[in-house]
Amino acid sequence: MTPPDPGPRKPGTPDPGSRKPGTPDSRALVMARVRRALADVPRAETPDAVPVERTYHRVHGDRTAAGTVDLLAEHLADYRAVVHRAGPASLPDLIARLLADRGATSVAVPPGLPASWLSAVPESVRRVPDTAELTPHDLDAVSSVVTGCAVAIAETGTVVLDAAPDQGRRRITLVPDHHVCVIRVPDQVVGSVPEALERLDPARPLTWISGPSATSDIELDRVEGVHGPRTLEVILVAPEPETAGQN
Amino acid sequence: MSGTHQATYLGMPAFPQAADASTRNTQLRANLRHATHTIRAKRATAVAELDDWSRLRAAGAAIKDRTLRHLDHYLERLENAVTAAGGHVHWAADAEEANRIVTELVRATGEREVVKVKSMATQEIGLNSALATAGITAYETDLAELIVQLGDDLPSHILVPAIHRNRGEIRDIFAERMARWGRPAPDGLTDAPADLAEAARLHLREKFLNAKVGISGANFMVAETGTLVVVESEGNGRMCLTLPETLISVVGIEKVVPTFQDLEVFLQLLPRSSTAERMNPYTSTWTGTTDQDGPRTFHLVLLDNGRTDTLADTVGRQALRCIRCSACLNVCPVYERAGGHAYGSAYPGPIGAILTPQLRGTGSELDASLPYASSLCGACYEVCPVAIDIPEVLVHLRERVVEGGPASVRGTRAVIKPAKGHAAERAAMRAARWALDHPRVLRTGQRLASRTRRFHPRRLPGPGRAWTDTRELPRVPEESFRDWWRRTRGESRTEGRKKTT
Repeated sequence: MTPPDPGPRKPGTPDPGSRKPGTPDSRALVMARVRRALADVPRAETPDAVPVERTYHRVHGDRTAAGTVDLLAEHLADYRAVVHRAGPASLPDLIARLLADRGATSVAVPPGLPASWLSAVPESVRRVPDTAELTPHDLDAVSSVVTGCAVAIAETGTVVLDAAPDQGRRRITLVPDHHVCVIRVPDQVVGSVPEALERLDPARPLTWISGPSATSDIELDRVEGVHGPRTLEVILVAPEPETAGQN
Repeated sequence: MSGTHQATYLGMPAFPQAADASTRNTQLRANLRHATHTIRAKRATAVAELDDWSRLRAAGAAIKDRTLRHLDHYLERLENAVTAAGGHVHWAADAEEANRIVTELVRATGEREVVKVKSMATQEIGLNSALATAGITAYETDLAELIVQLGDDLPSHILVPAIHRNRGEIRDIFAERMARWGRPAPDGLTDAPADLAEAARLHLREKFLNAKVGISGANFMVAETGTLVVVESEGNGRMCLTLPETLISVVGIEKVVPTFQDLEVFLQLLPRSSTAERMNPYTSTWTGTTDQDGPRTFHLVLLDNGRTDTLADTVGRQALRCIRCSACLNVCPVYERAGGHAYGSAYPGPIGAILTPQLRGTGSELDASLPYASSLCGACYEVCPVAIDIPEVLVHLRERVVEGGPASVRGTRAVIKPAKGHAAERAAMRAARWALDHPRVLRTGQRLASRTRRFHPRRLPGPGRAWTDTRELPRVPEESFRDWWRRTRGESRTEGRKKTT
């Protein structure tokens, strides 16, 4: 995933973003300091010659695919995400019910959200498409947002968004106070952090979400609900229809 | 600045004086004890969940060592990757230059207000007061930083800057001060943490929605891809990183890691070590700018400010592995009693005691006192997720303070003079070395000491007085061990040895 290398910038080439401070001289100065500081490193040593042993586990424990999904559900709930399970057929009704229970009057909709997902949501709930024109103030007036996800991590209870069409811009899952996130299980679920990174594209903006927003800033005690959505509902959708309903 | 002043660490007293005052503050000690003990047990549980913790820790240390030994290589890669992804890279040799760059960048946007994500680097360089001087108001948006800012206070912990405040004090600060900075606290605000968090949410909401410029640090920068990573909990980070049109990130040059894959180690080590969670609520990564999603302009300011001096010290270099988790603060008996302010910098606790004297040098009385702010118990090393041997560096820095010697100062080789305050200690050590090298002198001295023992004071006079403030002088025995040995069984040396073995 290495972006094209534009080649080293020659000293004397103006720094693209700044005018006066942070001149190329500062770059040369800092780089010269770094090289002087590393006088003890043999010239012939390459970065790869410094050993890094990756003897840690790729994934912790041995689980079936279903076991991994169960662990995800358990860990999501541990950090106060509300977990639901559904099949493809029962998903629209579940989403409609979650929005209704919340009293949602509007819902932000990513451009690539499968149309069926909101098919049971009454017309009275205003659809707010995720467009570039939308301002943060507009979004602040939106009740809920429904998205898919890129990958979910069982060991940590994490959902990762990568701004793909079924997830939309980063801000639509940030400003509304209620986020409904749909995970296709078991396909989108991995066991561990290393397995998740393998699936992700660093060029895309990533948002890793583990439960609703929280803080430990008052006496190092965790309190849920600060600036991000205070309610995170996760729906695990399995390919074979299961009994829908709350976990 | 709404009539408030900017607190700074300038002119703080040396650690012993500061700690002398703070350890008498019973409220502070109760707050710190409660908070650090809460997190200690939780961290131990979170770490125990991973049976490969020691391997992750070793890998984390190794990745950082690889990066540091080839920092020039990785910085060049990083710069190229960030630039290719649409970002602008700036270099700042010191705090003043970094502040100037950021001030100019904000001015160029025409804005007078910025929102900030909690960042150790901007705390270190005193960015907020530099911006204030230029007529720009920086709003801290992390809950604890907000408490500190509203209270005209200084951070005292890396993770929880307001750890020295309990809920009652926070309630009072919110009720009294929020109105000065924007939306006032709700009437009848209680000291329930949930209510306090809600008050912060309401207070900061308008600032986020109107913000045009955001300022952040970063936990990691990936050289291979140009990706920056911010790890947070509240969502204030996401707000600052995605809603403004311009994003300026000030990041220490040591925060680079080689590859995207390397994050698999640090994203396991950091949350469990710092907030004791399997994963923190929010982690944001971005690579340059993205079309129609998030800031249109991204500036990265790479900060040296003493890091290359630290890098030049082959023993002290390991301090640059630090990922700012604050686990070492939470287990430190000295930190728990003295509190963060006594360390006189943005970096308190054991890591501060080795980082600050390297970043700033040991020239001031405060900075020279920091390597002594430890009992060398080693708990900090035990919990460090990147295995920084803090006691080793502390002892190394004590030697530098006492003996002086070669060091790198603002990028050039210099010879540090021995600290003044240690002249008596050095003289005593020299005398002891000489006496121990000359057995006869030692014997004569010991006998003399024994015969005059009735006249010995209980406390030392002169420069030794401070040492005996809290200790009694050991009593000199009637007879030295060597004399006793000779008298009781030592007709000849060889016989004596035979008897005992």
